Amino acid sequence: MSRFSRFLLIAAVVALALSGAAAASAQKPNVLIVARAADTTGLDPHTQTAFASLRLLELIYEPLVTLDADLNIVPLLAEKWEFSEGATVLSMKLRQGVKFHDGSDFTSADVKATFERILKEETKAAARSTFLGIDSIETPDDYSVVFKLKTADVPILASFASVNAVIAPSELIAEGDFSKKAIGTGPFVLREWKPEEVTFLDRNPNWWVQGPAIEGIEMRVIPDESAILAALRAGEVDFALLNDPLVATLLKDDPNITLNRVPAIAYHVFQLNASRAPMDKLEFRQALSCAIDRQEVLDAASLGEGTVTGPLTPPAWRIDTKELFCYTKDLAKAKELMAKAGVGEVTLKAIVASAEPPTALSEAQSIQAQLAEIGVKLEIEPLELSVYVDRWLKGDFDTAVALNGGRPDPYTMYVRYWTKTGNLQGVANYIDDTLDSLMAQGRAESDPAKRKAIFDQFQKHLVEMAPWIWLYNGFEYTAQQKYVEGFIPNPTDSLYSLAAVILNR
Amino acid sequence: MIRYLLQRLVAFIPTLIGVSIVIFVAIRLVPGDQITATLGTEAGMLTDAQREQLRQFYGLDRPPIEQYFTWLGGVLQGNFGYSIRFGQPVLDLILQRFPLTLQLALMAVIIALIVGLPIGLMSAVYHNTLIDLVGRLLALLGLALPNFLFGTLLIYILSVGFGILPNAGGYISFAEDPARNLSQMIFPAVTLGFAFSAALMRTARSAMLEVLGEDYIRTARSKGVTERRVIWRHALRNTLIPVVTLIGVQMGYLLGGTFIVEYIFSLPGLGRLAVNAISQREYALVQGVTLFVAFNFVLINLLVDVLYAAIDPRITYR
Repeated sequence: MSRFSRFLLIAAVVALALSGAAAASAQKPNVLIVARAADTTGLDPHTQTAFASLRLLELIYEPLVTLDADLNIVPLLAEKWEFSEGATVLSMKLRQGVKFHDGSDFTSADVKATFERILKEETKAAARSTFLGIDSIETPDDYSVVFKLKTADVPILASFASVNAVIAPSELIAEGDFSKKAIGTGPFVLREWKPEEVTFLDRNPNWWVQGPAIEGIEMRVIPDESAILAALRAGEVDFALLNDPLVATLLKDDPNITLNRVPAIAYHVFQLNASRAPMDKLEFRQALSCAIDRQEVLDAASLGEGTVTGPLTPPAWRIDTKELFCYTKDLAKAKELMAKAGVGEVTLKAIVASAEPPTALSEAQSIQAQLAEIGVKLEIEPLELSVYVDRWLKGDFDTAVALNGGRPDPYTMYVRYWTKTGNLQGVANYIDDTLDSLMAQGRAESDPAKRKAIFDQFQKHLVEMAPWIWLYNGFEYTAQQKYVEGFIPNPTDSLYSLAAVILNR
Repeated sequence: MIRYLLQRLVAFIPTLIGVSIVIFVAIRLVPGDQITATLGTEAGMLTDAQREQLRQFYGLDRPPIEQYFTWLGGVLQGNFGYSIRFGQPVLDLILQRFPLTLQLALMAVIIALIVGLPIGLMSAVYHNTLIDLVGRLLALLGLALPNFLFGTLLIYILSVGFGILPNAGGYISFAEDPARNLSQMIFPAVTLGFAFSAALMRTARSAMLEVLGEDYIRTARSKGVTERRVIWRHALRNTLIPVVTLIGVQMGYLLGGTFIVEYIFSLPGLGRLAVNAISQREYALVQGVTLFVAFNFVLINLLVDVLYAAIDPRITYR
């Protein structure tokens, strides 16, 4: 036994030494190693909604337009576009000389096939509802596309800037199987996807932009974020996506690693269910809104990593929170409103997804402590994500702590919640004529200044009616080694600019 | 002996059917289905027709009894169903992950044996001495220190202290590159093996103590047999029965995958496959993995029983 054990020990030591030596001597290839906690859930860009899938697919496929770091709409596969008078026709000029990964040319036929696929009900495309305003698609020549719209629809332009609206080749669409193949026009070509393990991407030599400078990307799944941190410190990975602010902030002072943060447009919100008593009383909802110090929630849950926000998070649409109803905590007013609502001591339940986002539970606890000051007892119900989603969709809750995704355009961001026909009206559980008509106006107005005025009014009204209590928006984090140069973080969390990265080891 | 083995193998069937029914019902009792699991809150944007189509696609529209028998019928023909997320048959997925899990389990057990057994036996032989005290302390530490803490500590020490971390994703199988594979597997195996060695140490110690108090040991000693021979020849063999039982049970657990260790060390093993399948509500995959693990368990139990006969001549099977 003892001789055997000695042998094993020696074998293990030798193996370790060998592996160390091998790693040290071999020249590292010009491949970017990316680590992230969650993996892609599928390869069909039009139906995938998981953030982890979008982060991969945006490197393979490209949309007609995209968003720059300030969320302005900028050209991508479409070079130019214009709305007709009255915003009912949208004409686009496409980029020439673009090729798909299979070598075929990108033309207007692919654009038409893509949007017909998205609009077809059986596809179950994630962005279908935002394109329902399209009446017909015409292709006057190979590089022009004309979208005829049913009504004036300005926000549709921003909807094109989405991974869920990327252009796929018409041959692949005719074939119909997106589950195994990914053929786009993007900077990287999918070589292999091993679910829950690793994805290999190769550089696309025929990309229409110069580059990429790196040979490829190896995207690894490391489920534990603290292990990602360790891997970064040990120099095993070059680039990482991080979700948990508590983990990300540990890298702030690390001399060898750069932590990138951009304000996210996803927002943390405390949702009230106005279809249940006593949340059906306006004064009661307002009392809750006045009793919560939003900055305190942000400090407690995310170590202050973020900004207190109103309903609209994209930079161009933000509003000074001083203009919003009760954005400074006012306990006296809250108590007065409670009395006016005729509500005494009351117990509410709050559903919380236990790890999604990682901050949700601490947010709930901070809110719980603050509401206790006005005699509202909050019972926290931590749920597994899928159970939470199920109940959230059914509107089966008193209150819910949520992290909801944002969109660059205010209309597309909130049409699902705050219009009378919104698909998620049953989750929002509150609507009035003012909100509905402001949304309709905002959709038809093409003058930017007037649109801004409409949505300012929309936000103020929404906050005053307090169906939900908007809290804050956090940061999107990525971290990289110092030798990784050229990455531009984007508020939508897009990794598209990895195509411009160089490794200066 | 052959007849006994055949009988035992036949007895597997009702056990496995029982397990399959329990898991089939249990996974369906969990709220949420594959539609909400894959689409998240976006599932609320589906139209009724789309929802119905998806339910048909995932086979959720049929009555559960029918679903069960369709699945069971498939299993009998070697078809465990299909995982939509992975785009592969369930059995292929399990067989891809199993070698890693098996290797990890074997390495952990070997480490536990090397560490736990000698210390446990020494503790008993040198009962109430310093050796015993140190051994017992180690055992207590091993039992008290949970996997996730020990694993995380290892990663912390390796990455911060030594600037290395073999477990940064990118798992390499033994066949591809044995050295790299071992460097990735050794730390998770140590993590698992450390806790197990503590249990083994305690079992070996108490079993040895008990045996040393038996009449036949006294007889052997009074005959003038050397102490060495008493321990190695008479006592050791009789301590092995509880040790083998423990190893069998532990091996069964380890072969079911060790989610926490696989999670911390980014290893694509059976445990992560199973837990991800549960959170994704991939019913066929959950059922397949559970059945596979249950099968391993009963098989190992059988092996343990056969080993008993080899160790202890008084035990025979007919």
